[in-house]
Amino acid sequence: MELSLVPLLLEAAVRAGTPILLVALGELLAERAGILNLGVEGMMLVGALTGFIVSQQSGEPWIGVLAAAMAGVMLSCVHAFLSISLHANQVGSGLALTIFGTGLSGLLGKSFVGVPAKGFAPIAVPWLADVPLLGRMFFQHDPLVYVAYLLVPGLWVLLYRTRPGLKVRAVGEQPRSADALGISVVVVRYSCVLAGGSAAGLGGAYLSLAYTQMWVDNMTAGRGWIALAMVIFGGWNPVRTALGAYLFGGVQALQLRLQAIGVTVPTYLLMMTPYAFTILALIIASASRARGHVGTPTALGRAYIRGE
Amino acid sequence: MRDPSPLTELRGITKRFPGIIACDRVDLPVYAGEIHALLGENGAGKTTLMHVLYGLHQPDAGEIWIDGQRRVVHSPKDAIRAGIGMVFQHFTLIPSLTVAANIALAASSSHVFLRRKWLAARVQELGEQHQLAVDPNSHVWQLSVGEQQRVEILKLLYRRARILILDEPTAVLTPKESEAFLQTMRKLAAAGDAVILITHKLVEALSVAHRITVLRHGRVVANSDPAEVAESDLARWMIGRDLPIPPTRASQAAAAVELSLTEVSVMNDRGWWALRRVSLDVRRGEILGIAGVAGNGQRELAEVIVGLRRAMAGTVRIRGADVTNASPEAIIGCGVSYVPEDRQGMGLVLSASILDNLLLKAYRLPPVARGPFLNYAQAATEARRLLSAFAMNVLRLDAQVSVLSGGQQQRLLLARELATHPTLLVACSPTRGLDVSAVETIHRLLLEQRQRGCAILLISEDLDELMTLADRIAVIHAGEIAGCFRAAETDAATLGLMMSGGRALGSPTLVERGA
Amino acid sequence: MNWPVALEKRSDPSPRLRYVLPAVAIGIGLLLGAMVLSFMGAHPGEAYQEMARGAFGSVYGLSETLVKATPLLLAGLGVGVAFRAGFWNIGAEGQLYMGAMAGTWMALTYPGLPAPLLQPLMIVTGCMAGAFWGLIPAVLRTRWCVNEIITTLMGNYIAILWVDFLVYGPWKDPRAFGFPFAPPLLQTARLPSMPGNRVHLGLLLGLLAATGLTMLLKHTRLGYEIRIIGLSPGAARYAGMNLTRTTLLVMALSGGLAALAGVCEVAGVQGQLKHGLSPGYGYTAIIVAWLARLDPWATIVVSVLLGGLLVGSDMLQIAMNLPVAVAYMLQGLILFSVLAVEFLVGYRLVWKDAR
Repeated sequence: MELSLVPLLLEAAVRAGTPILLVALGELLAERAGILNLGVEGMMLVGALTGFIVSQQSGEPWIGVLAAAMAGVMLSCVHAFLSISLHANQVGSGLALTIFGTGLSGLLGKSFVGVPAKGFAPIAVPWLADVPLLGRMFFQHDPLVYVAYLLVPGLWVLLYRTRPGLKVRAVGEQPRSADALGISVVVVRYSCVLAGGSAAGLGGAYLSLAYTQMWVDNMTAGRGWIALAMVIFGGWNPVRTALGAYLFGGVQALQLRLQAIGVTVPTYLLMMTPYAFTILALIIASASRARGHVGTPTALGRAYIRGE
Repeated sequence: MRDPSPLTELRGITKRFPGIIACDRVDLPVYAGEIHALLGENGAGKTTLMHVLYGLHQPDAGEIWIDGQRRVVHSPKDAIRAGIGMVFQHFTLIPSLTVAANIALAASSSHVFLRRKWLAARVQELGEQHQLAVDPNSHVWQLSVGEQQRVEILKLLYRRARILILDEPTAVLTPKESEAFLQTMRKLAAAGDAVILITHKLVEALSVAHRITVLRHGRVVANSDPAEVAESDLARWMIGRDLPIPPTRASQAAAAVELSLTEVSVMNDRGWWALRRVSLDVRRGEILGIAGVAGNGQRELAEVIVGLRRAMAGTVRIRGADVTNASPEAIIGCGVSYVPEDRQGMGLVLSASILDNLLLKAYRLPPVARGPFLNYAQAATEARRLLSAFAMNVLRLDAQVSVLSGGQQQRLLLARELATHPTLLVACSPTRGLDVSAVETIHRLLLEQRQRGCAILLISEDLDELMTLADRIAVIHAGEIAGCFRAAETDAATLGLMMSGGRALGSPTLVERGA
Repeated sequence: MNWPVALEKRSDPSPRLRYVLPAVAIGIGLLLGAMVLSFMGAHPGEAYQEMARGAFGSVYGLSETLVKATPLLLAGLGVGVAFRAGFWNIGAEGQLYMGAMAGTWMALTYPGLPAPLLQPLMIVTGCMAGAFWGLIPAVLRTRWCVNEIITTLMGNYIAILWVDFLVYGPWKDPRAFGFPFAPPLLQTARLPSMPGNRVHLGLLLGLLAATGLTMLLKHTRLGYEIRIIGLSPGAARYAGMNLTRTTLLVMALSGGLAALAGVCEVAGVQGQLKHGLSPGYGYTAIIVAWLARLDPWATIVVSVLLGGLLVGSDMLQIAMNLPVAVAYMLQGLILFSVLAVEFLVGYRLVWKDAR
């Protein structure tokens, strides 16, 4: 493979990894507060459709993005209500959300297949984009890519250097203790889940407005699940999660490249690589993780009921 | 010396739960500068009452008054704002965060960004001021239980709580640490705070409290000045009759060794040594007590014997046969029964029926098992017989275990473990959290087994229990057996000293800490 | 917040409520779905009428409902037993495809075998393929604690792509005008069906499987272990149970059942392996299992109800031009309702005492 291919691949990796990253960061926040949201795939699809429709109707993609985020918030509200207030099984609620979201987007999106809409054009970051090699790879992208760039350190600072972030971590580790300290477990968890929902909506909008500029039924193709895997792979740490997401992007970029070149491996087998890579990433992450308190938020997936 | 009006007062508090009345029209005035002991046996309602004061439960009737004003306390947040602080029996610390972070969480600050250095300095300062020094940057999971308690108290002080509630604070401390703790309480009271100590230890209440309130079955049965009452009065109020006389133990002749550990070393979940070259023997018809503060290797000791944890070195023998690192199934087959400390997570399946729980050990053996099949009808008959033998026939076999009380659950567990007529019983804190009559029953059951010739390894943090039941007592500290005595030839003071790492009086103390 | 009412946990949830639950949940789900449908401009009353008529209003409709119920029953049983053991098997869809593929392989490779030999062989190979596919995530979890929700799910995507590879490539039927079909199975490979409609042997297999599973769970030691492991792995370990062995066994069973659904779909209904063989039966099976509260007998009833839902939504597509995604949406709403109603079974509203 020629050397000049590498920068192209990295650029493609960033583009492919961004939707995963946006969703993963939102899910990371929710899981840090102890709530598992398996509905991200469904929320991403609804976000993609909403962003597309609103952008097409209004002619302005940013309004579409806003609408997509709001759609994500509304959907995650249902999951939050079931998991937090009704203490329902989080796996079931998340699955229901994905199934519902998939169905809803398929239902409402039928008339938008093949319809053109105004999406995002790449924006060059002034001055940084002129850096040789790196500028082309990282700083000439759609604006949502830059949003993702900023969210990574932003989330890191939030979790590790602020009071609200401390509260989130406390709630995700030992909600009983947090409650006894006067922290509202309910408020913290709702906020994190809704924030996660908006991120999922954003990730979906990126797919339909920036990565491609169309709506296709089921266009996420499992990216929501992969984002979930990246949260685990990253050990619930924003920086490592970003690494995983972009790595995944690289794998996908490579796969597309190989397909384009016309490598003798059949298309469908090549298409398996992202999913196989995800499994591999999880194996690596789990096998190498030191046993102990580093890693999964202790209260993840368990309902908190005061007094029990 | 005392203000005419109380700093805080509970008037007519009633709290009901499905099926029971936890608090029944309780009045409790507490004055500034006073240490008030809230005495009662397990289940009397002391903790529930304090949970009401702290806002975790809403009372069905009654009022809370603070500083002469009626307050409604909806949540811990309200309580904290009103100047109330509580240290729970199971600490409310976040193990993966640092001491400073835990204290920061407790404070109500409007700053968004953490001022980490400033916070660490403040914590250091506060700790030194009250002789409760802890390293602010260490993570909580690294601290000993006594140090963790110091952090809990610092949390209250950082928030400038004036009404301090402490739930069974000395339960997890060595006698020496308890003394230091009580001293701290005296100083805080002298400085004008009101301290409420929830305890079931009579002697402690008498020694440190300015006032004692006794609860029984949710009602106040006495409110007195410790100078004017005797231990026997308190005991009688607490349980409604005189303290049971400890059962007498018939002395046993030396018998064959049932369990033998030789130089066993085991690691804990964190990757440190939980047990270092531990050797001990338990004979038939003998109760060997293991005394020690929680976290010194007791849990790992029990687990390595029953096959739930790997021994990295050394041998475990049962009746001479080497069972080191054998599977739990094999060890159960050798006639070993295990009453774990974590009775709800491990010993019982809370969301399963009583019948299913009783089957947990027996399901592999005839007559319940017939090849790969399970004969439920037979199982039900056996279960009924077991329940009658342990005086629990009122229970329905298909009821969920989660609806039973703590005492009933423990009796169920023991019934199941004893049903197989074990030759070795490993019991960890079997009476923790139970009321006096349940404790009595369990002690009686243990002694019956001892009489039968069963070898019993009794691991407990309750020195009184060990002194009552055990023939010999070994003290475990930092994963090593610090000493082993005949129960009749030692006393609580010596044992207490060894539990905290000291040797005989006069010799240098051990510096190393356990996990 | 100080509401005048409070939620008090019931000390003894009424068993009768548990049977009413699925019916109420479906009702609420349909109600919510009606709101979405009317938002979309479709008349919900009309839509539901169409669905009911299509699914249950005629003998043919009923038979189609049973045809759709068959894979739901088999896969639902598989998913149910895995959930019982505390293993979140979201991979029934992939296991189904693997079973269909393996069964097809057997039929295509040994076309000369007589039916009484070929069909059992197809079933066995299919189940083995599904068991294998289910064992992979099981091994990953028992060995390396890898989250099985994601691995089973990834398995779905991979299995579907694998079948796509086969039907677009090496197994492509030259007479299919480029469509992604494998060659149609010979008559000897087709499961017997009832005269006049498409209800086939698979339904009987499903009923047998439900009976077998009930026996397993209620009358065997393995069944007891499965239940305890699902309720409390800590207690299971303490009792000396071998969690690894049981988890692997359960996942082999679960994958095998889902695969059987796949074999039956290919050999009983569709007649050839193709792209889009399953309209998401593996995912609907999760809803089936949840609604049936993991009970094998209840799974039979629920699979018929949801089979009717699928047939009904097919009708909607024809009659009212609504996409089949309606079915997915309704399923999601039904599961939401089950979860919400489950909560009410465990709790009840009480009025707080007036002070």
